[in-house]
Amino acid sequence: METQLVLEKWPGVISAITIGAAKDEGGSRSNIVKIGGQNSLPLLFKEGTFPNKPKIAFELWDIGGQDWQKELASVYNQEVNDPFAWADKCVNEFKAELLCVKLQGAHPDFGNRSAQASAKFISTLLNRVKVPLIITGCGDDTKDNLVMPLVSEAAKNERCLIGSALQNNYKTLVASALADGHNIIAESPIDINIAKQLNILISDMGLAIERIVIDPTIGALGYGLEYAYSIMERARLAALAGDRTLASPFICFVGQEAWRTKEAKVSLEQGIIWETLTASSLIQSGADLLIMRHPKAAEKVNNFINTLYQG
Amino acid sequence: MFIIGELINGMYPQINSAIAERNKKVIQKFALDQITAGADALDLNCGPASSKPLIDMPWLVETVSEVTDKPLCLDSSKPEVIQEGLKAVKYKAIINSTTADLKKLDLLIPLAKEYKAELIGITISAKGIPQNMDQRVELAAEIITYCQKSNFGLENLYLDPVAMPLNLAQEQLTDILKSIREFRILAQPSPKTVIGLSNVSQGTHTHNTHSLINRTFLTLAVAYGLNSAILNPNDKELMDSLITAELILNKNIYCDSYLEAYRRKII
Repeated sequence: METQLVLEKWPGVISAITIGAAKDEGGSRSNIVKIGGQNSLPLLFKEGTFPNKPKIAFELWDIGGQDWQKELASVYNQEVNDPFAWADKCVNEFKAELLCVKLQGAHPDFGNRSAQASAKFISTLLNRVKVPLIITGCGDDTKDNLVMPLVSEAAKNERCLIGSALQNNYKTLVASALADGHNIIAESPIDINIAKQLNILISDMGLAIERIVIDPTIGALGYGLEYAYSIMERARLAALAGDRTLASPFICFVGQEAWRTKEAKVSLEQGIIWETLTASSLIQSGADLLIMRHPKAAEKVNNFINTLYQG
Repeated sequence: MFIIGELINGMYPQINSAIAERNKKVIQKFALDQITAGADALDLNCGPASSKPLIDMPWLVETVSEVTDKPLCLDSSKPEVIQEGLKAVKYKAIINSTTADLKKLDLLIPLAKEYKAELIGITISAKGIPQNMDQRVELAAEIITYCQKSNFGLENLYLDPVAMPLNLAQEQLTDILKSIREFRILAQPSPKTVIGLSNVSQGTHTHNTHSLINRTFLTLAVAYGLNSAILNPNDKELMDSLITAELILNKNIYCDSYLEAYRRKII
């Protein structure tokens, strides 16, 4: 007898978010990237529709890879010291569809670059590469509140994804996203209640909830991946059951977590494996956007995604 | 919780005169206010004073349909009034209600099927209102059996255990609550359950007590698995209790602004 699959039908749907604006929309991107829009739990293709695959963005820093593990940085050769050449390499050689730029140079401990200089950096980068951008601040709240408004303005109408809004520091960034037409990353510390609250706070300011991407904060394999998994799963179940405040796609900063594990530091090979496994596990947890560092790991994960989505 | 707003009822003087004067504005304001407060559907009842319910009911349906596409719950003990209302419904209808009487079931189930309406089955028979849980469950089973025999999908059925006033039938309230749980296990898929909440506080004399009794009973009923209630959504404390009760039962995810989140219908 043939086994009958029990299929669940959910009333909710995850927001579909577009990153990047082409010329006809007032931007200058050569491609745009769409994430989200699914109406079922990850990879249950028989249960729902999945209009967009998970996407990989290559991470790069505005100050080059000076703080990155040497072996990892060396993959990008000399270019790693020149962020524009680095960006070119990601796009041309590794076929990155999307870049994630961290403005680390603005951090008081990493050069304390001015807001104007950071904004100029982004303008130049936007001229240099034509893929859509994810732009994150340096992580110092006070400095980010000075830097991000100018950076956001420099990228006006390019429909970037900018981050990160935090429960105690979101207003400045939300105002910028609203003014300049960007999407926003809402970061919560592996805490579903805060994730939900932050989405409400952001939407209270007038930014549509459909423009928020949740960063649930993840741990690498062996470093709390399962906590992230359970938060993501719980949020998805609520979202699919109809809770719009949690119906946002997930962004996961895989590279930064994987490459700081002691396992990744043992050897480059093991680091690649660690980043690959962390990313592929998160895809099964519902990740929509993976921020990755090693091109080999990105390639493996991309193949994995394509295989999964062949159906 | 599926909330059916109860306020468009000719029993209330303001609604009664609005119906008599064909004052659409008043009716439409009551409709929209209830929806803003959280109603998922609206109960429509011409009231005991209506001398021409066959005309009043379709007028109410048309008037409300001009401002909302929410389901309308046609509330009358007379099947012919419900039928006239159904003819005017543009969107979804809920028939409120049939009893377990064959006479009513014979009339209302075919109507529900014809108009693709949902149906509230109230556990009353020709013998009157049941006096305990067993009698309620028996009548519920009769309604379910009739639906199954007539190919009326149980997902379209709400069972109502008949809420009784606290000051008249205090000893029955526990049985009413337990009935909610029992109804749910009578069939697969579980039939939905509904109560007319305000009955519980009928005849109590101060507004404060009225509201307190309603929300306390509703909180308990939610814990027993109630899916739906006909209530006054404009009673803010009642709605707050309901939202909080559902949160405690882990039906929604907590956040500091959970009341606001629910009100904006983004949960």
